[in-house]
Amino acid sequence: MGSHTVFGHVVIARTAVVVLLLAASSRNAFAQFDLSGSWAPKNTEDISRDSYPVDYVGLPLNSEGRTRALTYQESQLAMIERQCEGWPAFYFVQGPFGLRIWSDNEPIKGTVISYTIGAWEDRAPITIWMDGRPHPSEYAEHTRGGFTTGAWEGNTLVAYTTHMKAGFLRKTGPPNSDRATMTSRFYRHGDILTVLVVLDDPIYLAEPHVMSKSFQLSATPISPIGPPCVSGFEGRHPGESVPHYLPEKNPFVDEMTKLFHIPREAVLGEPETLYPEYRKKIQSTYVRPEPCKQNCGFMPTR
Amino acid sequence: MRAPASAIVSIIVACFGLAAPVHGQKAAAPIDLTGYWVAIVNEDWRFRMITPRKGDFAGVPITKEALGVVSAWDPAADEAAGNQCKSYGAAAIMRVPGRLHITWEDADTLRIDTDAGMQTRLFHFSASGITDSAPTWQGVSHARWETRARSMTVVTTKMKGGYLRKNGVPYSENATLTEYFDVAPQAGGGQLLVVTIVVDDPRYLTQPFIVSSHFKKEGDGSKWDPTPCSATW
Repeated sequence: MGSHTVFGHVVIARTAVVVLLLAASSRNAFAQFDLSGSWAPKNTEDISRDSYPVDYVGLPLNSEGRTRALTYQESQLAMIERQCEGWPAFYFVQGPFGLRIWSDNEPIKGTVISYTIGAWEDRAPITIWMDGRPHPSEYAEHTRGGFTTGAWEGNTLVAYTTHMKAGFLRKTGPPNSDRATMTSRFYRHGDILTVLVVLDDPIYLAEPHVMSKSFQLSATPISPIGPPCVSGFEGRHPGESVPHYLPEKNPFVDEMTKLFHIPREAVLGEPETLYPEYRKKIQSTYVRPEPCKQNCGFMPTR
Repeated sequence: MRAPASAIVSIIVACFGLAAPVHGQKAAAPIDLTGYWVAIVNEDWRFRMITPRKGDFAGVPITKEALGVVSAWDPAADEAAGNQCKSYGAAAIMRVPGRLHITWEDADTLRIDTDAGMQTRLFHFSASGITDSAPTWQGVSHARWETRARSMTVVTTKMKGGYLRKNGVPYSENATLTEYFDVAPQAGGGQLLVVTIVVDDPRYLTQPFIVSSHFKKEGDGSKWDPTPCSATW
């Protein structure tokens, strides 16, 4: 009886170990989803926000970021040396395009070495390294796509990006510095992919800037297109001055206020305007603007 | 001998992320959604923080019939008819700037109170206790945990027709709302909540309306400020 009991315990213990090992390895496999594929954009939320020259609504800018933004003049993009600058990595959740994502796998075990989010015209590709490599020295080269590592947290892919070049948070000039970092979380629910991006910038932001955007799995392939970019003459000769506005001289600073009655501090991205208290603060002074006459939405066909 | 065997079953259940045989979904929750959360309005600011221009439906894939509703929007008439909560219904409430207070109503029902509009949503993990009733602003919500994904899925029907935006962009009583709740730990112990919202409405939408809202967790309810619905603001 005693030997049977001991034998039984040994069998159970060994079974438990095997089950644990199997379960642990299985869980790693099950815990991840397939990020690869073509993900169509759902442009039901803000997209790149380039319709109005001064539109920093929803951004938590600090005073340095705001001051710098107001000096920006879009004609800078006509300068031959700036035409191919492109937009920063986080433009992948701001732009109107879809995502084509693929993996590179280790040939023997098949483990994912990296995911790549393909480029799109004026946005560089983003490679998410999944093989545990460290981020390079802070003095290493900064690029448009930055340097990104990723890891699975349960069923969520968490990616961390550093080494981005200085650029713009939006096409209207609010800046990001080369010290900005981006944390992206990819959540998949069926054929919907939601990406939550938290952008930290100690130079130009008063608090992290949070963005989220959803994409839908598409049977129609999305082909990554993009850099290289070929510059050409667009009216600005090499060596000419950089188009800009001097402090207090930006002529578009009140355009959104006139059009939508949005208070100036909200147009200029004051952090307090991102929270519900601000809505109550402006309730007594806000006057609804005239009905929409143009750019009111896509006219329905059915 | 029974105890080790059941232990192995528990190990299998835990390791494979299977639904655990617990009493009540509160105990089975793979994530903790309870607490106070404040909306961060980084996106669609001019459609959420202020009442937008009449006739502005940019970004919403509406039908021709819906366009008629948009054009006829009359907030004063809504207010007079007692429909001031039309833009605080389930399909819109997670886009309204405000705070959420999430608690457990009972072991199988998660409750969300909003201070903006003072609405209450009940997410039922069990069918028991759900009565067949007329449509309401918040409808009837069935919830389930996605244990492996550490997420919550909620499907809501039986909603009264309401507005996706304050300026009368409509959804109908036929609409189905599907939401996915995910949390994101932040540096320093903070947390973000991201809610992916999918509105299907064969009457007023040509395709599903998909947006995502995000919230930041707050330590307490000191900023909780219940405010009644308003059609005019």
